[in-house]
Amino acid sequence: MNGLIILIPIALGLGLLGLAAFFWSLRKGQFDDLDGAAWRIFVEEEEGRRP
Amino acid sequence: MSVAALIERDFAVPDIRCAGCIAKLEQGLIRDKRIAAARVNFTEKRVHLSYIADTDMPDLIGAFSNLGFEAHPIGDGPGEADAEAETSRELLRAVAVSGFAMMNIMLLSVSVWSGAAGATRDLFHWLSAAIALPTVAYAGRPFFRSAWRALRHGGTNMDVPISIGVALVCAISLYETATSGPHAYFDGAAMLLFFLLCGRWLDSVMRDRARGGVTALLRNMGTGAMVVGDDGRTRWVDATALEPAMTMLVAAGERLAADGIVVGGESRIDLSLLTGESAPQRVHADDRVHAGTLNLDAPVRVRVTAAGADTTIADIARLMGEAAQAKSRYVRIADRAARLYAPAVHGLALMAFAGWMVAGAGWHQSLLIAAAVLIITCPCALGLAVPAAQIVAAGELMRAGVLVKDGSALERLAEVDRAFVDKTGTLTLGRPDAVGLDRLDIGVRSLLLALSQASRHPLSESLTRGLQACDVRPAEVTSLRETPGFGIKALWAGRLVELGRPQGGDFGDMIATELSVDGRPVATIRFADRLRPDAAETIRALESEGIEVMILSGDRAEAVMPVARQLGLTAQTGMSPQDKLEAIERQAALGRKVLMIGDGLNDGPALAAGHASMAPGSASDVGKNAADCIFLGDRIMPVVQVVRMARRTQAIVRQNFAAAVGYNMVAVPLAFLGFVTPLVAAIAMSGSSLIVVGNALRLKRTIR
Repeated sequence: MNGLIILIPIALGLGLLGLAAFFWSLRKGQFDDLDGAAWRIFVEEEEGRRP
Repeated sequence: MSVAALIERDFAVPDIRCAGCIAKLEQGLIRDKRIAAARVNFTEKRVHLSYIADTDMPDLIGAFSNLGFEAHPIGDGPGEADAEAETSRELLRAVAVSGFAMMNIMLLSVSVWSGAAGATRDLFHWLSAAIALPTVAYAGRPFFRSAWRALRHGGTNMDVPISIGVALVCAISLYETATSGPHAYFDGAAMLLFFLLCGRWLDSVMRDRARGGVTALLRNMGTGAMVVGDDGRTRWVDATALEPAMTMLVAAGERLAADGIVVGGESRIDLSLLTGESAPQRVHADDRVHAGTLNLDAPVRVRVTAAGADTTIADIARLMGEAAQAKSRYVRIADRAARLYAPAVHGLALMAFAGWMVAGAGWHQSLLIAAAVLIITCPCALGLAVPAAQIVAAGELMRAGVLVKDGSALERLAEVDRAFVDKTGTLTLGRPDAVGLDRLDIGVRSLLLALSQASRHPLSESLTRGLQACDVRPAEVTSLRETPGFGIKALWAGRLVELGRPQGGDFGDMIATELSVDGRPVATIRFADRLRPDAAETIRALESEGIEVMILSGDRAEAVMPVARQLGLTAQTGMSPQDKLEAIERQAALGRKVLMIGDGLNDGPALAAGHASMAPGSASDVGKNAADCIFLGDRIMPVVQVVRMARRTQAIVRQNFAAAVGYNMVAVPLAFLGFVTPLVAAIAMSGSSLIVVGNALRLKRTIR
């Protein structure tokens, strides 16, 4: 029983963390251009350009 | 300058294809001093620009074309579009929340199923409740809202049993938890919401995707014009800001953004999108010209008489509004199923409750069984049956170059048994193509290319396209100079070469251009609107699918007849938009389901009225807005592919329904007899959903 008191909050916390991360990335527009993201790894960044 | 002086706007750039394009655009555009930031959205083929407020639109378009891209500003009607995108994001958030809840409750439920008892079980049930109740309150809103709307109007829909089921299950589970009962159905409630939300979300994603594609295509209407001010200077004015009495300067190759009267210059105007007529019309001073038509030859000055909603298109828009009402009465297959299903589900649950009460099981036990019946019949599989199949079909069609606007379009397309096809721009390519280029001497061809590629005139562009297709290299010429309305001159090995209007000879309605060297004609190139390469095949394929085809054209009989003969079709000619609309209504009155395929403004009402409709990517904005789906490229074969795919999708949807009904035949008696524990419900729900999705995936191989 003592194990559960620690483990359950951890399990739920991790889940919530994932959910929060998903919401954050949704709000930051990371899902707006899924195909583009796949191509962007081939784009060479120019020196001094903003990320 | 200050940051406040920046304007943000989206541009559709249909040619974004690879990583190179992204890099080229983003890095190239910001080299322009007036552009502060550029961000490519590859999925929607858009570029988002922030630029200094007083930059003229042509300069921005120029910045794109310097990099080798065609760009079109996306009109300022994003309000409505954003609302739809917002719905889809809201659904996605709900999917995420219910997914999280489902997995976490399942974590706890599995322990209960595998034998947790006593205080541990109660604790786990309480924890499940703490997760499930807020989730249902948040993720259930789309269903509660829709159910409430239906009930308020005295009707019922699929969302009513869902809402009642979920609410009832939560209430009973809470009571069970409070009284240390053995079974709580929180996992079932969360899972039900998750699967149903997935279905909703897929449906809305499909609409979003098609809408993005359509927006990127909307460009034919001039989105603005160069306006000559009182001081004689020109400035760019957006189509929405144009007002009567302004004077527009319309360059050759530009589409008119408003109705007006020619006040200076003369040219020929291509009316094909407006009336379907293939021969261009000459216009002089005092002639009326209409928005959406294409200026072919020379720059003209046009005094605006009507802009925006007052243009000739407004009449067509009114007809379209009326025509579209019939279509909005179409009831989608899921809703038709719900009409039968919802009363059945309610009836069964009620019967279960009454039956067990009579049998003396007590209200607690009876209610628990009624809830189990509700949750087991509440159709996870039914909610997914339609959208899963339709999104797979739409994805496959999109890969084949067809945009389908929504799921109901696929359902209606599957039912058509008669097709009306417009001629200009639909059976034909709708653009002048140079004829007989391969009969010309190689030297002549390279001279032609050298001259034509220097001009933006529509005929030159068509000539360039034709010549590049047969691998011609341009000759070396110097001192290129273009005189708008007359032609291009250049020096070639010390001789004067010219490409322009034919000097003599009568070509009737044919469009032609002439190449001369030192004033002596060397070659005459005629242009004609060709049939699409696979038109004949497509017509035959449509007929083999049991669809009768007929041409409805606004063009004159002499122009339509050769096409009709070549394809072996009957044709009606010289039809006004009203005539086309009536032709469709007559067929509809006979109980036929008409597929309208057309491109022009004049086809708009017919496209809206047809049981289903399609337009080519080169169609007018009105045509593309009215059509259910849009096929890209020069081939018309996609029309047949869409019909076949739609029929196949419908077959899969029916199989999915059959699977869902079959599952109910097994599950409902079990639920009725009270054998359905939360574990059984969970297995049944996820199992049937997987079957339905798996079946839908079979559509993936239909086209290839």
